[in-house]
Amino acid sequence: MGYDIQTMLWKEWKELFARRAAGRGTLLSTLIILGMLGVFLPLQVGADWFTQPLTLIVWAWLPIFLTLGMVTDSFAGERERHTLETLLSTRLPDAAILLGKLLAAVLYGWSVAVLSLLLAALTLNLALKNGPYFYAPGFLAAALGFSLLSTGLFAGLGVLASLRAATARQAYQRLSLLLLVFYFLPFGVQFLPTDLRLRLLDALMRLDLASVAVGVMGVLLVLNLAVLSLCFRRFQRARLLLD
Amino acid sequence: MSLYAIRTEHLSRAFGTLRAVDDLNLEVPAGIIFGFLGPNGAGKTTTIRLLLGLLPPTTGTAFVLGYDVRTQADAVRARCGALLEHTGLYERLSAEDNLEFFGRVARLPRAERRARIRQLLTDVGLWERRAEPIATWSRGMKQKLAIARALLHRPALLFLDEPTAGLDALAAAALREDLAALARQEGITIFLTTHNLTEAERLCQQVAVIREGRLLAVGSPEALRRQRQAPVHVVTTGLSPAVLEGLRATFGAEVVQPGAADGHLVLNLGPQQSAAAVVAYLVRQGVAVEEVRREGASLETVFLNLVQENEHGI
Repeated sequence: MGYDIQTMLWKEWKELFARRAAGRGTLLSTLIILGMLGVFLPLQVGADWFTQPLTLIVWAWLPIFLTLGMVTDSFAGERERHTLETLLSTRLPDAAILLGKLLAAVLYGWSVAVLSLLLAALTLNLALKNGPYFYAPGFLAAALGFSLLSTGLFAGLGVLASLRAATARQAYQRLSLLLLVFYFLPFGVQFLPTDLRLRLLDALMRLDLASVAVGVMGVLLVLNLAVLSLCFRRFQRARLLLD
Repeated sequence: MSLYAIRTEHLSRAFGTLRAVDDLNLEVPAGIIFGFLGPNGAGKTTTIRLLLGLLPPTTGTAFVLGYDVRTQADAVRARCGALLEHTGLYERLSAEDNLEFFGRVARLPRAERRARIRQLLTDVGLWERRAEPIATWSRGMKQKLAIARALLHRPALLFLDEPTAGLDALAAAALREDLAALARQEGITIFLTTHNLTEAERLCQQVAVIREGRLLAVGSPEALRRQRQAPVHVVTTGLSPAVLEGLRATFGAEVVQPGAADGHLVLNLGPQQSAAAVVAYLVRQGVAVEEVRREGASLETVFLNLVQENEHGI
């Protein structure tokens, strides 16, 4: 199974970077992101970069956007380009195809995030005096954990959308709508009654950051597993051919 | 290995009320090129999908290379190659990368994979262009590459769904030659669907005709041709309407072109009727027979007869 997943990873990454025009596009966008989050933003924020909760949010969202195109293209794109049936007619097990596609996207997004994280530390150590600076172990673990779990969750949702969509574009639109819901969800708090909002705020203030991080990551992990199991249930060769 | 590469028993697949494959009983001997013929929508592609275990049958069973497609679909797919309706190639990748991927999928060891890719690309004349992304290639080149891809892991059985569809006559002829040569070299069974009856006649040792999911006939092209005799052309003088009537009554012959005026008669005789008996009858009736000609029935004639008979419920 491991070798089969690796084979799918090889193909997905090869396709991502192989086409001359698309390859340049992927490389360029990766470099821009590295420049923004590894150099520009850290220089704006300064030494607080290593402790600000904002950093965690950046790393939770960044890989999601990097993987959107890949995951929505995963099955719908193959269907559109008439390669899906041939792929399904090979000896590759269902789990290898599914996990290979999912991991290809997650690992790409997450590795760019990790690289940005390290580049930011290098940039700030070069730019600031009184170093060396680095992320506290707990903070680093939270940043890595958040980005991995959030990427995994949205990659799973993207693959889910892609499994049933006729085109990659349709899958992308569906996932974008879902992202918007997640994005605007926090704004819903303002519609709560004032006393409830105050009590909620008070409860949040009394929580320590570490507990919040662990709790949120636990929820993300459960959601990841739920979405993954849904993906496995939806992945049926006959349905994929006939949809 | 089993005597039969494919064996189906009452295999059926329905989509709602439509029976795409209906009670199909088929035995495909190992080591031959088997043609599966039928008009559009006859159920050819659905049959391939059933045999590859991509779709579960509604009823009936199928064994491919001795494996049950319901319960051992993974084993079937591991031992079969397939070129389906589309080439299934990744256009962003080069020819070599496409084969590299499918070689890895088949778990060919690295050295064997490299050698096999080189051999197949050389065989189909694409080795020099192996590093090019295939997006810009002609359909014929992609089709050749797709066949190389399907053969990469030395499958025991190869499914080819309309392999020459959309190719010009020259490319199709070249591909047919490649296919026949590859089949000889590799010693595999080929299950080929096609609209092109000349292609089937040239390539296949056995053919089956399917329409609306039902099997109409199966056998070697020669056997099918023998069953369906071609019309007899008789050039005569002194033919009268009474003699024509006598021909109908005596031989049950269908007079396709009653040529009482010009003496040119075209008759459809049943499988048991001989042209010699017709000539003897005509001579007895005082008709001078100048020429008798019976052309061999082509597979196309056989196919069209079968389909028309089925259409009219004969």
